[in-house]
Amino acid sequence: MGVAGGGGNDFQWCFSQVKGAIDEDVAEADIISTVEFNYSGDLLATGDKGGRVVIFQREQENKSRPHSRGEYNVYSTFQSHEPEFDYLKSLEIEEKINKIRWLPQQNAAHFLLSTNDKTIKLWKISERDKRAEGYNLKDEDGRLRDPFRITALRVPILKPMDLMVEASPRRIFANAHTYHINSISVNSDHETYLSADDLRINLWHLEITDRSFNIVDIKPANMEELTEVITAAEFHPHHCNVFVYSSSKGTIRLCDMRSSALCDRHSKFFEEPEDPSSRSFFSEIISSISDVKFSHSGRYMMTRDYLSVKVWDLNMENRPVETYQVHEYLRSKLCSLYENDCIFDKFECCWNGSDSAIMTGSYNNFFRMFDRNTRRDITLEASRESSKPRAILKPRKVCTGGKRKKDEISVDSLDFNKKILHTAWHPMENIIAVAATNNLYIFQDKIN
Amino acid sequence: MAAPLGTAAQADDTGDEKQDTQEKEAVAPERAEEAKLKAKYPNLGQRPGGSDFLMKRLQKGQKYFDSGDYNMAKAKMKNKQLPSTGPDKNLVTGDHIPTPQDLPQRKSSLVTSKLAG
Repeated sequence: MGVAGGGGNDFQWCFSQVKGAIDEDVAEADIISTVEFNYSGDLLATGDKGGRVVIFQREQENKSRPHSRGEYNVYSTFQSHEPEFDYLKSLEIEEKINKIRWLPQQNAAHFLLSTNDKTIKLWKISERDKRAEGYNLKDEDGRLRDPFRITALRVPILKPMDLMVEASPRRIFANAHTYHINSISVNSDHETYLSADDLRINLWHLEITDRSFNIVDIKPANMEELTEVITAAEFHPHHCNVFVYSSSKGTIRLCDMRSSALCDRHSKFFEEPEDPSSRSFFSEIISSISDVKFSHSGRYMMTRDYLSVKVWDLNMENRPVETYQVHEYLRSKLCSLYENDCIFDKFECCWNGSDSAIMTGSYNNFFRMFDRNTRRDITLEASRESSKPRAILKPRKVCTGGKRKKDEISVDSLDFNKKILHTAWHPMENIIAVAATNNLYIFQDKIN
Repeated sequence: MAAPLGTAAQADDTGDEKQDTQEKEAVAPERAEEAKLKAKYPNLGQRPGGSDFLMKRLQKGQKYFDSGDYNMAKAKMKNKQLPSTGPDKNLVTGDHIPTPQDLPQRKSSLVTSKLAG
């Protein structure tokens, strides 16, 4: 698996589907805030600022329609979180879904964790395609029958019905975070998970909602001494005792829960040394890590800061093994990006199933893919203009110098309101989901 | 497309020079941007990217005076989203007794996501 390139063995990305409204007026609630495939890739979940979750399911490949390579259609949708009011602090608690993480499937039902700033919920999504008919004590419409009128007993029988997908909240994990939750991560033991806010990380058991263990606490005794916050955290994919968390200062700490109950002291500390002479007002802000993701192999981890994506070998703490520039041309625009707050945008990143490629978003509805083996990179755009079925996506290029070639776009023409913060890659195939504000784009590799 | 590494191993002179220029070029736009910012906002905090940002980040979320204030703001939001009934709307209060047709429609509180539409 790799990234699209020219001709030869490289494949190309094609438009597959787009979900969401076309109209220009975007309601705040419709802005997609998280996208996540489940472990098999058959289900794709999105969360939005309105607190809603929409789950898409991949259709079985249909022999009579060979070109439809399994489209994603709506499977279930529900209101996960509602806006709340914190009476103690007089602060509004947004219903925006910050993260969704699927649990590995253990029976016919599907489970996912969804979280807003303060509360994590475990949702069960189950199918019902049978209904019992012929009850003794009640009528078909549910009314209770008069017991004196019942003269015979009958055994209710199961009859098929139209498929109904139900979502129900099975656990609510509340009141454990003073600050805003930025990450949740399910452990490889399938029993526990972590939730991280700006200053603390808690460990939960999926069955227990009235207790959680605090495993990281970086809150200083004197808040005036606060110098960094936790920006993301994730469990190692195989070692259930290992997790990492990233900071606003561009560092990553790896912790081992076997070494102590409170993991304030890290086992490994990853930081790329900075040349002190190149330091500027923006240095710390743009070094803040917005996302950290382990590779599927568990050997590497990837971090996203404002301008680049870095791949780290867990065995080497003093610098990343690979650095990819996402949009270096923005370095000369930092002043205006600071003024319009874009410099604080939190981009996510993701690996493909084989860890050979990585993807992250940018502005102007552009997203970037890097092939780790060939070192080739490509910029693609999620737009309605290239949304004909199976249309091949044309690579895009941003012009940085003076002379703009045809088909290139200049840095000043980029639309900074069209940001792609959330992307997801199918765990096994070349199918990607890209969230462009209120629209969800699905792209696939070209079928020959 | 790897960026030049901050800590380079021993390299020959031309290599070093080239890397220096590359680094200087990479940094110069950042410094120019910093100068631009300082010119616009001379009172900007002394410590670059320090606690001001972090405090703002920890405080995220709109603050209200109290829960009454919050509920009023929510109600105002709901009314804002209602379609305007035209200039006659202003006549409802005071001048005549409102009828059900005059009152704005109540918006349903739960709206399905457009992704599912």
